[in-house]
Amino acid sequence: MILWFAIAQMVVGVSGAIVSLWVFARKSGPNDYTLGATLLLGVLLLAQMAVSIVAPFSGNPAVGDPLEFWMYLITAAALPFGVGIWALIDRKRTANLVLAVMQVSVAVMVFRMLVIWG
Amino acid sequence: MGVPNFERSGVTDAQRTAQPRTDGLGRVLITVYLILALAATLRAIYQIVAKFDEAPVAYSLSLASGVVYIIATVALMRRTGHWRTVAWAALIFEFAGVIIVGTLSLVIPAWFAHDSVWSFFGMNYFWIPLVLPVLGMIWLRRDARGGVEPDVTPAIESENQY
Repeated sequence: MILWFAIAQMVVGVSGAIVSLWVFARKSGPNDYTLGATLLLGVLLLAQMAVSIVAPFSGNPAVGDPLEFWMYLITAAALPFGVGIWALIDRKRTANLVLAVMQVSVAVMVFRMLVIWG
Repeated sequence: MGVPNFERSGVTDAQRTAQPRTDGLGRVLITVYLILALAATLRAIYQIVAKFDEAPVAYSLSLASGVVYIIATVALMRRTGHWRTVAWAALIFEFAGVIIVGTLSLVIPAWFAHDSVWSFFGMNYFWIPLVLPVLGMIWLRRDARGGVEPDVTPAIESENQY
């Protein structure tokens, strides 16, 4: 994994969660900011997939088990899209809370991925 | 928001028979369950594939707990008729599991002191497995009280709140 890119994903995840909680506190439904942060996180994770495929060939192999790493990555990448679509279908105020929970979980998963990669 | 949309709540009422209406807290709860179910099941599958010999008991239990989390997630989403019984059974099983395995991981570390969902009362998952079934049971009970009368009122109410 590329360290700064992993940190960027965690920062996007955590700050997205803060934005979502803020919008939830303001009593409004998911808006462009909360859904945009979710989309950005999803895109970054897709980019991470590409990076993880290329990295071993350019002299940055995983120290830990690649199988475990990829299970985390696929789950983490699926979450923003799945939960984001749910928030789009049912645009209630609490959808922001759901987005925040998901964004923090993804940030934790990216951290785990970083540890596995070594 | 604010203004109750009668046409929309009418639709929800029609759907009520198939799928119960989920309030805000319930949605968050179900999301957390969904993420935990995914994390626990996939991790257990990985542990069994990669290093089953290290701790067969802990890893088998991990898989069992993962499957129960999946069942609980589905049952909480449906939670009518038989699904409600299933939901209660899954929640009680989880709570018993986290207490028993959490205690055993301290008493017999050789068996359970490996990364499993319930080891050390769910420490690896920020103790969410310990808190989640309790919240689930509280919510399920509240939901049952609210849903006694198949009326339109709760639908409109929740439309106002969220």
